[in-house]
Amino acid sequence: MILTVNGVETRCDSPPETRLSAVLRDTLGLTGTKIGCDAGDCGACTVLLDGAQVCACLVPAAQAEGCAVRTVEGLAEDPLGAALQRAFLHHGAAQCGICTPGMLMAAMELLARDPTPSRAAVQDAIGGVLCRCTGYLKIIDAICDAHRFRAPVAAPGDAVGARLPRLDGAAKVAGFDRYGADAAPADALWLRPVRSPHAHARFTLGDVTPLLAAHPGLLRVLTARDVPGANSFGIYPDIKDQPVFADGYVRYRGDCLLALLGTREAVEAVRFNALPIAWEMLPPLDVAAALAPGAPDLHGFRPGNVLTTGRLHCERAAPAEVHVAAGAFETGFVEHAYIEPEAGYAARIGDAIEVFACTQAPYMDREEVARVLGLPQESVRIIPSACGGGFGGKLDVSIQPMIAIAAWITGQPVRAIWTRTESMASSTKRHPARIAARAACDAEGRLVSLDFDGDFDTGAYASWGPTVAGRVPVHASGPYRVPRVRAVARAVYTNNPPSGAFRGFGVPQAAIAQEALYDALADQAGIDRLEFRALNALRAGDTTATGQVIAHSAGLSACLDALRPHWRTLRTEAAAFNAQGGAIRRGTGIACMWYGIGNTGMSNPSTMRISLDPDGRLTFWNGAVDIGQGSTTVLAQIAAEALGLPVAVFALVLGDTALTADAGKTSASRQTFVSGRAAQEAGAALRATILRLTNAGADARLALEGGQLFVDGAPVVLKEALEGIGQFDPPTVPLDADGQGIPYATYGFAAQIASLDVDTRLGTVALRRIVAAHDVGRAVNPTLVEGQIHGGIAQGIGLALMEEYIPGRTENLHDYLIPTAGDVPPIDCILIEDPEPLGPFGAKGIGEPALVPTAPAILSAIHDATGARLHRVPALPHRVLEALNRREMDR
Amino acid sequence: MGRWLRPRSMQEALALLAADPALMPFAGGTDLYPTQAARFAWGQEFPDAMLDLGALPGLAAIEEASDHWRIGARVTWAALRDAALPPEFDALRAAAREVGGAQIQNRGTIAGNLCNASPAADGVPPLLALDAEVELASLRGLRRLCLPDFILGNRRTARAADELVTAVLVPKQGDARRSGFEKLGARRYLVISIVMAAATLRLEQGRIAAAAVAVGACSPVARRLPALEAALRGTRPGELVVTPTHLAGLAPIDDPRASAAYREEAALVVLQRLLARLGDAAGVQAA
Repeated sequence: MILTVNGVETRCDSPPETRLSAVLRDTLGLTGTKIGCDAGDCGACTVLLDGAQVCACLVPAAQAEGCAVRTVEGLAEDPLGAALQRAFLHHGAAQCGICTPGMLMAAMELLARDPTPSRAAVQDAIGGVLCRCTGYLKIIDAICDAHRFRAPVAAPGDAVGARLPRLDGAAKVAGFDRYGADAAPADALWLRPVRSPHAHARFTLGDVTPLLAAHPGLLRVLTARDVPGANSFGIYPDIKDQPVFADGYVRYRGDCLLALLGTREAVEAVRFNALPIAWEMLPPLDVAAALAPGAPDLHGFRPGNVLTTGRLHCERAAPAEVHVAAGAFETGFVEHAYIEPEAGYAARIGDAIEVFACTQAPYMDREEVARVLGLPQESVRIIPSACGGGFGGKLDVSIQPMIAIAAWITGQPVRAIWTRTESMASSTKRHPARIAARAACDAEGRLVSLDFDGDFDTGAYASWGPTVAGRVPVHASGPYRVPRVRAVARAVYTNNPPSGAFRGFGVPQAAIAQEALYDALADQAGIDRLEFRALNALRAGDTTATGQVIAHSAGLSACLDALRPHWRTLRTEAAAFNAQGGAIRRGTGIACMWYGIGNTGMSNPSTMRISLDPDGRLTFWNGAVDIGQGSTTVLAQIAAEALGLPVAVFALVLGDTALTADAGKTSASRQTFVSGRAAQEAGAALRATILRLTNAGADARLALEGGQLFVDGAPVVLKEALEGIGQFDPPTVPLDADGQGIPYATYGFAAQIASLDVDTRLGTVALRRIVAAHDVGRAVNPTLVEGQIHGGIAQGIGLALMEEYIPGRTENLHDYLIPTAGDVPPIDCILIEDPEPLGPFGAKGIGEPALVPTAPAILSAIHDATGARLHRVPALPHRVLEALNRREMDR
Repeated sequence: MGRWLRPRSMQEALALLAADPALMPFAGGTDLYPTQAARFAWGQEFPDAMLDLGALPGLAAIEEASDHWRIGARVTWAALRDAALPPEFDALRAAAREVGGAQIQNRGTIAGNLCNASPAADGVPPLLALDAEVELASLRGLRRLCLPDFILGNRRTARAADELVTAVLVPKQGDARRSGFEKLGARRYLVISIVMAAATLRLEQGRIAAAAVAVGACSPVARRLPALEAALRGTRPGELVVTPTHLAGLAPIDDPRASAAYREEAALVVLQRLLARLGDAAGVQAA
C-alpha cells in the first residue's frame, strides 16, 4: 500500500489491520510518534491524517492508505510548525518530552485554521493528549504564543538564574530523542511477560513443549529456574524480596510468572489460556487482614506482615493543650501514569551485558542486574534511554532483570515494551494510607502536640516501603514548631500492588491529615488559617521534632508573607461571591509543607566530572538521569557558572554507568542540591587548576573558542588533559529509635493557596486558581522550577480529586483518570530564594515539594466553601456529596 | 493472525458478512482497538476478523429528506459537532463535543457508538430524545428498529450477525423543538460519564407540549423517562420539580466512578438544571 507521510509517498507492506502508530514506528522508522496506551486514552501518538488529529494507535493501516499523514518529523517543514517548536522550547513546554510530539500535532491541527487561538480553543485542541509532567500551562502558553516565534529568538543567557531553554529540548520537540521503545538492535528477540491475574495464589507450570511446538518462532519460556543468579530484587540490600519470575507463589495481580521469548509475532500470538498453568487460589490480604491475628505471613522473614515501623518521639517543654482536633484520613493507590511505558533492550557483549532502558536510577539498576545474572557490577553497563516520565515509578527495576537474563542466556539481544495495562498492573504505586491523628494548640494558637499513627499499604513487595515509613514520621508534624510529637508509620505487606516511591514518599498523604487538623485548630482558636501557620512556622534557628536545628534557608515565613495579599483578595472575592447565595459555594484553602532533600539520615553522594582535553574539548560527565525535570540543563548551568565558561562550549556525556560516575538516583528532590553541589565543585576544581597553571587571579576571565582556551585573553597551551572532579554527600546523622537525629542537610519549604467552587448539589469541584510560594534556595533556572511546580500541582490535583488505582478495575488511562488540559487552573508561582549555604549557589530541591501542599490546600478550600471535611481522597463527586450530606446530618 | 476484509461496495460487504457472521464490522476503531489492547495485555482472546467499513461509499453523509434526517453510519462525532443542523440536534451536537478528545471525535462514528452499546455511550440519550431509528441492511433486505429496540443491554444489540447498521434516521416532528445535553464526569476531557441527560422540548405558548427526556449511565441502557415526560406536559420549562418517582426505570450501579445513590441524586440535579436551562433558552427566544 502507499502512504503519504510528511509529503513523501511511501510504500509499505504492513498488514491492513496494523495500527498506523506501528506502521510509522516499526516499518518506517519514524519513532517520533510515541505509543502510550494503544487505546486512544493518552494521545501520545497523535498525528495528522488529512489535516485532522487522530490517535495513530486507532487507525488501521488500511484506512490510512491514500491519506496524507503528518508526524512530528515533518513539523519543521511548515514555518508555523517550526515556530511552534521554538515556542515549546522557549516556554519550557516540554519536560520529559514523551507527550510532546502528540501535543505538537494536536496543536498544529488548531493553528492551521487559527494561528492566534484563545486559551479555551487550545484546551479543546489538546484535551485529548495527556501530559504528566507540565501541568499543561506552559504548553498552552506556547501554543497561544507560537505565532510570535516565526523567526528564531535570542537566547536568554545561561547564567545561574537564567531561563535557559532545556539543553535536551531540541531533540524532544523534533521527535528525535530516544526513549526506551525507540531503539534496539535489528536482530533483537522479543520478550513478553506473563503475569498473574490473581492477587494471591499458588501455581504449577506444566510441560511447555506443546506450546513451543504450536508456536514456531516462540523460542523459550523463561521461568524462575532460568535465572542465572539470585531470583530476587529490591531496593534495600537486606530486603531483596521480589522475584523476577514467581516460583510457584504469587503475591499480587501483576506478579510475573514467566516470560515468552521469540519473534515478536510469535510471542504476541500466544493466548495465556494455552499455558499449562494450574492455580490454587488463596484469599488475598488487605491491610486489616494482613494485621489480623493468625494471618498468613506473606514473606517468611517478616512474621506479622509489618515490613517496617518508623517512629518519632519528642517531648519538649510545652504550654497546656487548650484546643484539640482529631481525625482519621484515608488515601488510595495512586499510579505514576508516566506516559512512557517501560521499555528497552539488553545485549550480551562477551562476558558483559548492556541494558538500554528508561530509568531513574542507573547505578541501582546495575546492582540489580548484576545480582540476578550472578555477575560483578563491572560486567553490567546501564545506558539510560530518554525517560518518558518517572515520578518515582522508574526507580525500581522493571524490565531490566528479565531482558538481561534473556539476553544473557541466549546471547542474542532481547527487547521488551510493556503495554499500558501491564505497566499499570505491575509497577509500583503511591502507598495508600490510613491515618489517625490528633493535634493540639494553646489558647493563642501555638501548636503543642501532634500524635500520628499511619498504616501504609506497602503491597506485595518492599520496594521503597521502608523509606516511606522512615520519612513520614519526620515530616508528620509539618513545617512548624511542635514541641511534643509522637508519630508512628507502619508499612504493611498485603496482596496489593507493590507500593514504592512516588513524589513525596508518603509525605503528601501525611500532609493531608496534618493540614486538616491544623485548619481545625485555627478555627477553634479563632485565628485566620494563614496566620495560624505563620505563627507556628519553622524559622532559621528553630529545632525540629528530630532535634535538628535548622540553621539556614527556612523560607516558610517568607512564603506566607508572599501569599498573604493573594489570600486576602481571594477570601474577599469568595465572601462576595457566596453572599449572592446559590448552589455554588466558593472556598479558599491553604496548606504548607516542608520536605527533606535527599535520603533520610543516610549517605547519598554524587560525583561529577569535567574534563578539558589538550585539543580544547570540554566535556561534562554527568551521571544524573534527567527524567524531564531538567537536571541536564540545571547541572550544566551550575558547572558552567562555577568554571566560568558558557554552557554552549560543553559537550555532555550523560548517565551511562560505563562512562560517568555515580550521581545517585533521580529521586528525593536531590539532583539540584546534591549533584548540583558536586557539579559546582567540579567546575570550581577545574577552574582552580586552570588558574594555577596560568598563575591567573581568582577573577580571571576564561574563554574557549575554536578549541583554544584563553585566560584573560591570552591563549593557553595545554600539554595534558585537565579535569575537575566534584563530590558531595549531604551531611546527615542517622535517626535513633526515637527518630532523633539530622535526617536531612536541608529542607524545601512551601505554602500554596487553592481557590475553588463547589457545586453543593453535585459535589463537583471547579478549581479557580492556585497560588504557590516555594522556597527553593535559589532558582537556578526559573522556567524549569515553575515547570516542576506546575507539574507537581497537577499531580496534587489528581491525588485530591480524581486518581484512584483499583487493581483489575482502573488499569488503563480511561478508567484511571489523571488531570487533562482542562483540569489545571491558572497557577501563580512565587519563588522565594532563602539561600542554602550547602547548596550550589544556594539552591535546594523542588521536585517533590511542588506536589505536597496541593491536595491539602484543595481539601481546605472545600471545607472553607461548604463546611464539609473530606476524610478520604480522591474527593470524587459522590464522596464530596456524601461529606456534604454528613455535614447536614451533623447539624 | 487476524483477517481484514475491506469491501468496496455495500453489496460486497453484506455478502462477506453473510458468508462469515463472525466478522466484526470496523468503522472508526475507537472502541475495538482499546478492547483489543485490554485483552491482549492479559493474554485473552479478542476479535481479530474485521470487516473494514472504511471504503464503503455513501455512509459518511448527513442528509435531509422530506420527513427525516439520515445520518450515515460512518458519520463521525466531529462531522456532527460541526454540522449545520436544526436546534433539536443541539443535544446530539453537544454530546459530540464531549466525546473523548478531538482525536476520538475525528474518528469515532455514531453507528459505532450505538453498536458498542456501552451503558455510558454519549450518543444514546440524545438520539433517544430524538426518537431515532436505526437502519440495518443485510442480503435479506433493509429493516428499521427504533433505538430502544436496537440496544438490548450492556454491550448487546439486536443487530443480527449478517447485518450492518447503515444509518441513524431522525424523524422530523413538525414544529421547532429545542434540545440540550448535560454530561457529568470527574474531569474535563476524555471522561466517561457518571450521569448524562438529554432533553428535547416542543413548546406551545410557553408551555411544554411535548417532551422527550433520556438519561444515560444510570441503567444498562440509557432510558427515556416517560413519567417525567408526562409530568412535564403542560408545565412551563423549569417549573416542575424533578423527583425520584420521575426516574422510574433507572437502575444505577456502584462503580469506581460513583455510587448508585450518588447517580440517582445527581440525575435529578442534572435533569432539573437541563430543563431549567432549556426554559431560559426558550424565554430568551420568546423575548
